[in-house]
Amino acid sequence: MEEEKKSNRRKFLQLTVVSGAAIATGAGLRNAFSEPNSELAKSQNAGESVHALTASGDLVQVDTAHARAVVHHPVTNDEARTGIAGKRFVMVIDLAKCDGCKKCTVACQKMHFTPKDREWMKVFEMQDSETTPSYWMPKPCFHCDNPPCTKVCPVNATFKRQDGIVLIDNERCIGCRFCMAACPYSSRFFNWERPVETPEMALTPYSPEQGYPRRVGTVEKCDFCPDMIRQGKMPGCISACAMKALYFGDENEDAVTNSDGETVRLSTLLEQNAGYRYMEDLGTKPRVYYLPPKNRRYPKPDLDHAASGHAAVKS
Amino acid sequence: MEITPVEKIRADFLRPITPGNFGKTSRYWVIGLTLLLCWGIFAYIYQLRTGLEATAMRNYVSWGLYISTFVFFIGISHSGTLVSAILRITNQEWRRPITRSAELLTAVALMFGGIMPIIDMGRPDRVANMVIFGRVQSPLLWDIMCITTYLTGSLLFLYLPMIPDIALCKERFAKTGSTFRLWVYDKLAMGWKDTPENWRRLERAMRVMTVMIIPIAVSVHTVVSYIFAMTLRAGWNSTIFGPYFVIGALYSGSAGVILTMSAFRRIYHLEEYITPRHFDLMSKIVLSLTMIYAYFNLNEYWVPAYKMESHDGILLSDLFSGGWSTVFWILQFGTVLLPIVILAIPRGRKPVGATIACIIIVAGAWVKRYVIVIPTLLHPFLPIQNVPASWSSYFPNWVEFSVTGGALAGIFLVITLFSKFFPIASIWEVEEGVHLAKKGLVIPGINTQNGADDRSSADHSNHKPIPAVQEAFAK
Repeated sequence: MEEEKKSNRRKFLQLTVVSGAAIATGAGLRNAFSEPNSELAKSQNAGESVHALTASGDLVQVDTAHARAVVHHPVTNDEARTGIAGKRFVMVIDLAKCDGCKKCTVACQKMHFTPKDREWMKVFEMQDSETTPSYWMPKPCFHCDNPPCTKVCPVNATFKRQDGIVLIDNERCIGCRFCMAACPYSSRFFNWERPVETPEMALTPYSPEQGYPRRVGTVEKCDFCPDMIRQGKMPGCISACAMKALYFGDENEDAVTNSDGETVRLSTLLEQNAGYRYMEDLGTKPRVYYLPPKNRRYPKPDLDHAASGHAAVKS
Repeated sequence: MEITPVEKIRADFLRPITPGNFGKTSRYWVIGLTLLLCWGIFAYIYQLRTGLEATAMRNYVSWGLYISTFVFFIGISHSGTLVSAILRITNQEWRRPITRSAELLTAVALMFGGIMPIIDMGRPDRVANMVIFGRVQSPLLWDIMCITTYLTGSLLFLYLPMIPDIALCKERFAKTGSTFRLWVYDKLAMGWKDTPENWRRLERAMRVMTVMIIPIAVSVHTVVSYIFAMTLRAGWNSTIFGPYFVIGALYSGSAGVILTMSAFRRIYHLEEYITPRHFDLMSKIVLSLTMIYAYFNLNEYWVPAYKMESHDGILLSDLFSGGWSTVFWILQFGTVLLPIVILAIPRGRKPVGATIACIIIVAGAWVKRYVIVIPTLLHPFLPIQNVPASWSSYFPNWVEFSVTGGALAGIFLVITLFSKFFPIASIWEVEEGVHLAKKGLVIPGINTQNGADDRSSADHSNHKPIPAVQEAFAK
């Protein structure tokens, strides 16, 4: 059974070059090595050469015969619990740019195979008071530095990592939903039903870093896409943002990047735009910052047409 | 031959458990409860197979009837502590015929209360994770520790004073009892020999348990409240939740004691022992607890309502004048103030009046738990937007009602079966009370009409000396 799973995991193949710790490039190569049997690969492709980037940044040309296909293994549970060394991930959401298109929500759902009604990244139509204007507010999990959710977990199934990310281990979660009651931001969702899985999802080995395959009776939420970060890619929502309103980066590097690849200083961005965190008074210390919706570049949301009829006005 | 008072007490309390004395009504009652319990188990199996999707709970209201019922059952379980421990400690003579039924209610309510969170769990198959990966920082772990401690303590507190009675049963039913019944009595009597040493040890164990069980009971409902109070949610984020829950538990629990008293008095014809005086005194306890509870309600709702701070204010508006206002005001006026009025007038403290008041109190306490849990979950800080309709409202569905009903039937069933196997009052303690009264040491706690008129009190020589009496004379 285990072998069968491995051979079906073609989509997750990665290549390493025998001569060095290099990552192979090119879709053609990926196809050529779709079979995890390196002997087979050698016999079919010997003589062809590919460009590969080594860990030290040099571009080298190697014979494909020396390239070996390896199966992508998710990180171990210990690694998933420790986090990525030296990083402190942050997100910045520019409310002045967000036009409520919900591409972030859609991309997130696609990436995590979430059911339609479950929005890890949810776009709210907000209005702080009757006399103040309305605005769109995308809201992921805030990955708080003083997380009310991980505090109450009786089994350490949800935990805070050294890189700031709060994750859930669905293979340990007992489904008591205490974290859902404790989260002030309604960021957590429960697998009430038995999850519907595509065969591909079902064959993916579980890791808290990607949150699927889902487990019935367990809690899930936005995870800041640590599996993408490990591959050097942006979380799904950031890349999908058409308005370049979402920034993601590392607090230690003091740099955040948006979907356009525009990298800015985190401190300057917050300084110049009067960045703030949602409900700072709760003391949860979110790792998600908002830039206020001043000089908006889009029409404000029409709250009279809020789909479910729930007014966002809080008083 | 004239029956001695001791013999009469024994006869009266042993009658319901005499082998073969299992009437038609009892049979129907037990069968009915068993069917309800089985239906509840069936609904739970259905829930296990479907996942919690089978319930009406969804992502906003992620705790529902099960957790409300958990809080309610644990609250009811505070009955035994109040009546048994506090009344024992203060040497209230009238406690004697009602302690056991109160302790029984405690133990059984606690057992079923403890099951409710497991029923509510998404992954009951992983319940062992609580031990394997248990985090002592989680209030849920405090709950497990306190409830298991309290359950152990309550079972001991129920069992210890039963030992002499079980030995008595073993002796009395030696010829008529079934093998199984005698085996149970034999094991549970633990070789009770009725010697002064036996009595001395029992008294000592009881003294320790009586003192210990009170702080344990207080701790239990305090940490139950912490499940809510340790969160930032509007309506739960309250510093008085610990004492508020403890008082709420005592208020519903002591009302539960009156209901058990009332039921056993009628069903087992114990009118001679559980007298209107018992109802009067217990009613006064319930009355004072209800008034303290009303005072806590005032603090819990009026203090934030005066300020109307943003999120608290939204929740309170909904409770006072919004969708929850009908049930909220029925609870405040109907199940808190009305019982105060009933119990404040002497006629209301008679058996019928007190029973009616306590039915109202217990039912109200259950609904009140629901109104503590659900409205807060329906008022998150961020607005509920663009979600399926089922997420933004909650009413328990048939699965939750069936499982909860099954648990309630289970409580009744265990109490009923217990009362068919063991004396529902502590026979030796009632005898001790009569004995002490005759010696003029205490004011009689029960209506000892027969005992008082009886002139052959010398017949007590066949009853072993009672340590309390011995001590009294030794001085």
